Amino acid sequence: MKISRQTIILLILAAVFYALVKCLQLTGVLSQYWQLVLDQALVTVIGALGLSLIYGFTGQFSLGHAAFYGLGAYTAGVIDKVYGNGSILFFFISILAGALLAGLVALIIGLPILRLRSDYLGIATLGFGIIVRVGMENANKVIPVLGGATGMSGTPQTANFDLIFVLVLVVILLVRNFIFSTYGRACTSIREDEIAADLMGIDTTRYKVLSFVLGCALAGLAGGIYAHRYPFLHPASFDFLKSFDFLLIVVLGGLGSMTGTIFTAIGWGFLLEVLRAVLGENFIDWRGVIYALILIVAIILRPQGLFSGKELGLLLPRPLPLTTTSGKERTHAGTGN
Amino acid sequence: MEHVLEQIINGLQLGFMYALIALGYTMVYGVVQLINFAHGDVFMVGAFIGYFGFAVWGLPLPLAIINAMVVCALLGVIIERIAYRPLRYAPKIAALISALGVSLFLEYFSSLKFVFGPDYRVVPRPIQEVHWHVLGLPITNIQVMVIVVVLVMLLLLQLLIYRTRIGMAMRTVAVDHNAARLMGVNVDTTISVTFAIGSAFAALGGVLYAIAYPQIQPFMGIMPGLKAFTAAVLGGIGIIPGAVLGALIMGQVETLTAAFISSQMRDAIAFTILILVLLIRPTGILGRSQTEKV
Amino acid sequence: MVRKNAKWFVVSLVLVLSVALLVSGCGQNNAGQQGAAGGKVIKIGFVAPLTGDVKTFGESAKKGFDLALEQAGNKAGDFTIQPVVVDDRNDATEAVNVATKLINEDHVAAIVGSLTSLTTIPISELANSNKVVEISGTATSPKVTVENGKRKDYIFRACFIDPTQGTVGAKFALNQLHAKTAAILYDQGNDYTIGLAKNFEDAFTQGGGKVVFKGAYAKGDVDFSAVLTNIAQLKPDILYLPDYYQKVSLIGKQARDKGIKATFMGGDGWDSSDLDYKTMDGGYFTNHYSGQDPRPEVQKWVQDFKAKYGSEPDSFATLTYDATNLLLNAIKTANSNDPTKIKDALQATKGFSAVSGSDISFDQDGNPVKPVTILQVKDGKYKFIATMK
Repeated sequence: MKISRQTIILLILAAVFYALVKCLQLTGVLSQYWQLVLDQALVTVIGALGLSLIYGFTGQFSLGHAAFYGLGAYTAGVIDKVYGNGSILFFFISILAGALLAGLVALIIGLPILRLRSDYLGIATLGFGIIVRVGMENANKVIPVLGGATGMSGTPQTANFDLIFVLVLVVILLVRNFIFSTYGRACTSIREDEIAADLMGIDTTRYKVLSFVLGCALAGLAGGIYAHRYPFLHPASFDFLKSFDFLLIVVLGGLGSMTGTIFTAIGWGFLLEVLRAVLGENFIDWRGVIYALILIVAIILRPQGLFSGKELGLLLPRPLPLTTTSGKERTHAGTGN
Repeated sequence: MEHVLEQIINGLQLGFMYALIALGYTMVYGVVQLINFAHGDVFMVGAFIGYFGFAVWGLPLPLAIINAMVVCALLGVIIERIAYRPLRYAPKIAALISALGVSLFLEYFSSLKFVFGPDYRVVPRPIQEVHWHVLGLPITNIQVMVIVVVLVMLLLLQLLIYRTRIGMAMRTVAVDHNAARLMGVNVDTTISVTFAIGSAFAALGGVLYAIAYPQIQPFMGIMPGLKAFTAAVLGGIGIIPGAVLGALIMGQVETLTAAFISSQMRDAIAFTILILVLLIRPTGILGRSQTEKV
Repeated sequence: MVRKNAKWFVVSLVLVLSVALLVSGCGQNNAGQQGAAGGKVIKIGFVAPLTGDVKTFGESAKKGFDLALEQAGNKAGDFTIQPVVVDDRNDATEAVNVATKLINEDHVAAIVGSLTSLTTIPISELANSNKVVEISGTATSPKVTVENGKRKDYIFRACFIDPTQGTVGAKFALNQLHAKTAAILYDQGNDYTIGLAKNFEDAFTQGGGKVVFKGAYAKGDVDFSAVLTNIAQLKPDILYLPDYYQKVSLIGKQARDKGIKATFMGGDGWDSSDLDYKTMDGGYFTNHYSGQDPRPEVQKWVQDFKAKYGSEPDSFATLTYDATNLLLNAIKTANSNDPTKIKDALQATKGFSAVSGSDISFDQDGNPVKPVTILQVKDGKYKFIATMK
């Protein structure tokens, strides 16, 4: 297998980032609290990349992403809590199980609903998200350890920065390779013009379902990791409001751009906590107001998102021959609008 | 037997209130293809202004309602101007995100202590409840009031849309803005009027809701907004009778589920029905299927 | 081209990290002051719903906490107390977030709070596993101090628990109100209401009464017309609503709309100046204390509170005051800021004289044995009816 120069540079930079964070940890500048924020932001990156695949690249407007995130979280959490012994092996087993379950549910629900048109698909996925949330609230009637509406605690907290970082890297490489393969090109063509893609002989149903299942599985994976880093799972954290958070990240980052999604996910993860720290206890009420204002201003100033359609050079699998007149790298992915 | 009928009336009350909100969603979507997520929060503002009107400033109820409707109409126009108009020619999703931002802004800003404050407030009823028994069914004057008021407003709306020039302008912009502009219709004004009317209706819904379920708080609009929006889609988004039909169905399904199956499952069942309906009729019950020209 | 992009990537990464660093660095400085102030300092965290659906609870509790610290001269033993106040908004997830901050960033030795079982249970897991003492004034669910039969050693409370409350309520209904039938409505997402509902149901049934309806609702529900129509058909003597004041007011109003004539009953969640007195008039609830209790500790407390705040204290203020004093007493006895020593001293408390009870000690589950006060909502205020064990 030939590893391109781009990939090597990406891995080196990732190692640099990792080393940097470790230094900060050791010197005590990055406290445990901010470490938690960083870890949470990285988990969000994985989930957001999933939605980016589904919506940013394939154009399927899904408002139920948090439901799959939650399914992954509860599945991984319950498996590790009940059968696990707190080891890393069980960590991997449970998060994989979470991702698989999320993917399976996505397959079952996706086949019928993915033929709906954009806005209607949004509603259907939104509705599905609410159904899953009600399911979580009543789950303890069937499996008592799931905790139901009062939440579930006690999942082994085996995830740490090292594991999460490696997983994020793996996911980024996975998503990158998918997008720049024939599958990815088929998906973006569906986003651009579904009828034309169909006419060109692309099996639109197959690719729509594929990207939906993969994207939801990523959400499930993210959820599983979350369950191992956060001691308390509550159905309200996996509500449609959380789905909006993922959507926000993907749109503000720019549709059709992995780089955009990654940056925005990390930035967003820190934004709320930075606001909390900066405002202090006296102005804590203003946190939500400022957050909302930032959102409105950001989207009005840059409606196509931060990195719409463009990728950072080193995120590409190999240097592409496509360039615009300004010389900036432009991928085939484009914005989709 | 009267038991079931009584539940149906409960469902009608809820359904008609959702209809008031759903109308605003559907009208705005029809004209600018935007899902105005902030609509549920305009409903909330209407409820608060109405509450201030009749409970704090001592205004008589009809005046308090009109006051709330006017304030919210203005609010709707301002929101459109600031948060949506700059994005009119940008990708649709951008306006959606802006709407989400406005929604969050209204909620958190209202929670600030010098605005409405984060408290849950008990709403003292501005009119005494009167219980009647019609054909053995217990009905309160509040239920009757909600149903009558909504029916009257629906009639007025129909008149407005089909018998006035501004209504015609709204219908034209909904079909094609550019052609409408070429015909001399002031698209900007028409859109503002649409937002104003939709918001005024939401405000009315808010006040009635506050009277029927006498508690208000800054986040009260999220769920009703979501359900009304679902109702609008269920009936066919962009189609006014569809919004009312969808809302009545949502109201009934929710109430009957709570009454005969389980109060905890009400949302899940309502949304399952939504998904099933969409699978059978992908553009909603009264929706027209849109043929795409290739 | 790759080099240019790589540089851009690193620059923006550094930017993002710097901001995070700056902020976390600032945070670190505050924690760094611990011990640098010269002399012994102990940090005590205070968690309460200062905003949100039960904000009157939080506001009252803070008044109790502040007054207790003031009366102790902000000292316990050789230590100066540094309070750290956070708001949990009565939301379980937010509670975990702020508690994490208290434990990991501020390094508190003990936490006073929270107020509702909904938030206190998750915090207790966190505090116990991190060996930080927690004492709640008012969280009544047994799960706060005991999980799956295992005691959480570092967790205590200053109030009675729901089994006591629910049972006393049922006994009162059966014996004093001569009720035969009862209907119960509770919030499915709250261990407090679930616990109270179950305890009331068990005791009521064992005492010969019949629970004709027991139904749950979701926290966000506003429209109760459907379920209340069902209840109205059954004509129960009592409608038991063991939720917080704002939910209870909402349900009560709609219940009367549906023609339900039952007497309302509930638990300590009713205790608030924001309760809808008019609707709930005639209703009874179990509570921790009454300002009308003639005991000298109670009267002194009411005077002191009135002098500082100009209003009468409710049970949230009172119990938080008691909880804070119990904690300060333990710190003084242990004369240490080591949570383990404080925990031991607290567990060993005997014969402590608190406002809400004169002879406080903790049983093996970290719960004090205390009597239950029954209050009635009458004419816009609370009327003291009885105390029962």
